[in-house]
Amino acid sequence: MIEMRDVGFGYQGQAELLSDMNLSLQAGMFHFLTGPSGAGKTTLLRLCYGDLMPSSGRMSLFGEEPRSLDRDAVADLRRRVGVVHQDPQFLDHLPVAENIALPLTIAGEPVDMQAMRDLLGWVQLQGHARALPPSLSGGERQRAALARAVILSPDVVLADEPTGNLDWEMSMRLMQLLIELNKSGKTVLVATHDLNLIRATKAQVTARVLRISGGTLHLAGADL
Amino acid sequence: MGADLRTLNPIALWRGLFGSEVNGSDRIVPPTGFTAQLTLFSAGAMAFLAVFALALALATGRLAERWSSDLAGAVTIRVSAPAGEQEARVQSALQILRTTPGVGQPRQLPPEELAALLEPWFGPDMPVDALPMPALIDLPVESADFDPEGLRLRLEAEAPGSVLDDHTEWRRPLIAAAKRLKFLGIVSLILIAAASAAMITLAAKAALAANGQVIRVLRLIGARDLTIATAFVRRFTRRAAAGATVGTAAGMLGIAILPSAEQAGGFLTGLGFQGLGWLLPLTIPLVAAAVGFFATRWAALKMLEAVR
Repeated sequence: MIEMRDVGFGYQGQAELLSDMNLSLQAGMFHFLTGPSGAGKTTLLRLCYGDLMPSSGRMSLFGEEPRSLDRDAVADLRRRVGVVHQDPQFLDHLPVAENIALPLTIAGEPVDMQAMRDLLGWVQLQGHARALPPSLSGGERQRAALARAVILSPDVVLADEPTGNLDWEMSMRLMQLLIELNKSGKTVLVATHDLNLIRATKAQVTARVLRISGGTLHLAGADL
Repeated sequence: MGADLRTLNPIALWRGLFGSEVNGSDRIVPPTGFTAQLTLFSAGAMAFLAVFALALALATGRLAERWSSDLAGAVTIRVSAPAGEQEARVQSALQILRTTPGVGQPRQLPPEELAALLEPWFGPDMPVDALPMPALIDLPVESADFDPEGLRLRLEAEAPGSVLDDHTEWRRPLIAAAKRLKFLGIVSLILIAAASAAMITLAAKAALAANGQVIRVLRLIGARDLTIATAFVRRFTRRAAAGATVGTAAGMLGIAILPSAEQAGGFLTGLGFQGLGWLLPLTIPLVAAAVGFFATRWAALKMLEAVR
């Protein structure tokens, strides 16, 4: 699915941020990626959806070497990866429902209204279908971003500090949705520095915790 | 642009102009008042100017052609002599002309025609008869056998005071000027198209820059460059076509209400369109749409390359 072998990456003109990264996302597994701020969690996730290209090592995204992909192929690959950011971006002039349906729109696929209603219900935004994104709260924006990330039924869902701006209750509501996704067979990778969140989630689902520190990736200890 | 042309779907231009909104994809670009107005206005203004440039090119083309064909088909012989000898010299000249190969029947202009020629300068009440006027003989040229130099020499030798005027001296610079005007009209059309492309490209770039967030979101969720570009291209193509349609209609109206050639004393020699020529300006909105299509497509694809 997503594999890295001795992958290194450094931003242009800067020292290597990540080195000798070895990662293999296991299908259907819940993964956490943790580490201190600035350790490279976001960079690693961006490598996973082809937003950045590794500067060394071998990488495989769904069997493809990302450096060999052209722009259209990268775009197609992103339809297989749902991404949720800490500060999700929307098209502010479109209602929430149309924002969630955007991946279908750009793929030229019709929107099944019943499926849309079910999805809005799942993320508890049924009353916000016609609202514009700027009117949503932080938790609602994250849930809308999650709904948008899964509408094409991707193989993998990546979430980058999705609870970074949320209080504990809202964070757990969002994590509950990610757990449900994982239990439905989706592979999930959540980057977070919040160890309490990881512990609370692990109480409900089997999760692999990867820690990134010193530019390399390790399997976290039993304390997590 | 080369690669752009190679990857162009020929149906895309038609769709860009008239295709219906597909699955709401046009809505992904937010409405932008400023660039919309800029594109509409510049397309309209340029189309308006293009109508006049086209009219100028066509009119000067006709003028050059008319001057070339009408005047090249006839020469004039001017016979000057003292009062008592003029008739004899005219007869000598006519005798020479009748035996000249490649010409038709010579015709001496009667006094009333001479008076009509002088009327614009001296007015209708001038007693032309009292003036020492030369006689004028109109000689139609009918074939390429006509040798104006040979005739000029014969007249000098056998009918002194007779001068051949084949209109070349004053016709040549006029034809050259008309042809140059036609060329300038065509250059103006090309410049108008180029300036339109530049303005639409700038407006499209401004719209793309203002919609950086839209582009990032779309790339993130797996939109291909062409999908994103098309959303902008459709909008700008339609605006260019709409603005140019209004500008063209206004320009054609302006041409239509110009005084006719007869009313203007023939001086304007029919600046405007004639017959099927009125269909030509109708191509301007189509050209504007094509310019908008290619300019926006090029600008969008170029700019999208910078977004991963």
